[in-house]
Amino acid sequence: MRARKYLTPFLIFLWPAILSLTAIVALVVPAQAAGFLILQSTTSTQNSGLYDELLPIFEAQAGFRVRVVAVGTGQALRNAANCDGDLLIVHAKAAELDFVAKGYGEERHDLMYNDFVLVGPDDDPAGLRQATSLNDALLRLAQTKAPFLSRADDSGTHKKELALWQAAGLDPRPDSGTWYLETGSGMGATLGAAVEIRAYTLSDRATWIAFAKKRDHDILFEGDPQLYNQYGVIPVSAKHCPSAKHDRAQELMNWLLGSEGQAAIADYRRQGQQLFFPNAHQ
Amino acid sequence: MNEIGQALSIAVDLIRSADADLFEIVTLSLRVSLTALLFACLIGYPAGALLAITRFPGRGLLLIFMNTLMGLPPVVAGLLVYLVLSRAGPLGVLELLYTPGAMIIAQALLITPIVAALTHQVIEDLYQEYRDLLAAMRANAWQRLITLLWDARFSLLTAALAGFGRALAEVGAVMIVGGNINHYTRVMTSAITLSTAKGEFEFALALGIVLFVLALMVNAALLGLRAQFTRWSHHG
Repeated sequence: MRARKYLTPFLIFLWPAILSLTAIVALVVPAQAAGFLILQSTTSTQNSGLYDELLPIFEAQAGFRVRVVAVGTGQALRNAANCDGDLLIVHAKAAELDFVAKGYGEERHDLMYNDFVLVGPDDDPAGLRQATSLNDALLRLAQTKAPFLSRADDSGTHKKELALWQAAGLDPRPDSGTWYLETGSGMGATLGAAVEIRAYTLSDRATWIAFAKKRDHDILFEGDPQLYNQYGVIPVSAKHCPSAKHDRAQELMNWLLGSEGQAAIADYRRQGQQLFFPNAHQ
Repeated sequence: MNEIGQALSIAVDLIRSADADLFEIVTLSLRVSLTALLFACLIGYPAGALLAITRFPGRGLLLIFMNTLMGLPPVVAGLLVYLVLSRAGPLGVLELLYTPGAMIIAQALLITPIVAALTHQVIEDLYQEYRDLLAAMRANAWQRLITLLWDARFSLLTAALAGFGRALAEVGAVMIVGGNINHYTRVMTSAITLSTAKGEFEFALALGIVLFVLALMVNAALLGLRAQFTRWSHHG
């Protein structure tokens, strides 16, 4: 194995390099006060500004900080399974229940909901405004081959989008790179790209309302029951992750699910519109 | 054009009013990248100099390795550090992931090879000149190292600035290991990424301007030092 011979020094030196650097930093950077909690979360709740409103209220009374790591639902679940997080707020119910069933999560609760919308250029070349149903809308996109942006990042929105195509009996993925374009980016970045290239895309309503540069893009299809978007909250299992800040996770979850947190979610407005609808204990 | 002009004027206002969020993010950026640079110099200077004045088996491979690492993509550095610092990884117990410490490690990993490789070049050239003198003085390896590093100090500063510029400008590594947490691990580049995603170009542009001005200052310092050093060594 000649290749092996030349690769060995890379492996021999890279890992010790990381380890020794870590040791130095761990020694030099003072141990921080343990007053925090890591919330692994979907991007839509951050991009829509919800946490900026919600968390300061909670932090003021809880006496610890909530550190939000906003990534796609798939990555958030993966990070939490590695115990790199204490609480999850995500939106892909099947994957969430699977996460709990595997013993990574303690329990799962409905937190709040809103809905997904199809947005696109105002002149609507695919005729989504005339669509009679969601399936009809998707069929129009596939038939006119109007550019459509897919998140393609294993996020909750992406999982939803794939499920919608499948339910409509369509499979756009073979057309990837022609009219079906996979951005691999977060919701905000994908909306930005859609506006730039005058493409359609599926967005959660909250990120869409909060998105600052809509230009001539608009909601072109909405209201189908399939477009329901449920957010769930899951504390990481104390058994699976003994190091997780379980008490704090429970405290934040109880606050979010309780009357005060639910009211704060309902009160959050952008441009006069309510973005999330609390539905714990229902 | 109007949109750019508007964004620009708001951005300038943000900078002029020393916006608190903006200030916090810039400060954290500088703190993280300067600390990473400190570690990179502590490791890179002696490592590069040793590679220049010693001969041992495997040295050639080590040089190739070091030069390759100069081009290590930030996201790869981020991924490696993530795997090591994750609670599921070997050093998870330290709980460094999603802290400024993790960002310092990732950036130091990125720029140490740059500092070391540039140091190696500088010291190797200088060693050609000094070899006979040092031999005549019967200097031992330690004394040679110190003498060479001290006499090359101005050139070595340019190595440090090159590393600093790269650390300050990278986004891939800090995004992965820092998590872009508001008020905690959000630095200029990751904040620009987020603000752009939200369509808030004014804040992104304000940070972009600050980042650009800092890069400009670093490069001006680099050029100035290089000119200074050339003049200096011509006189000497």
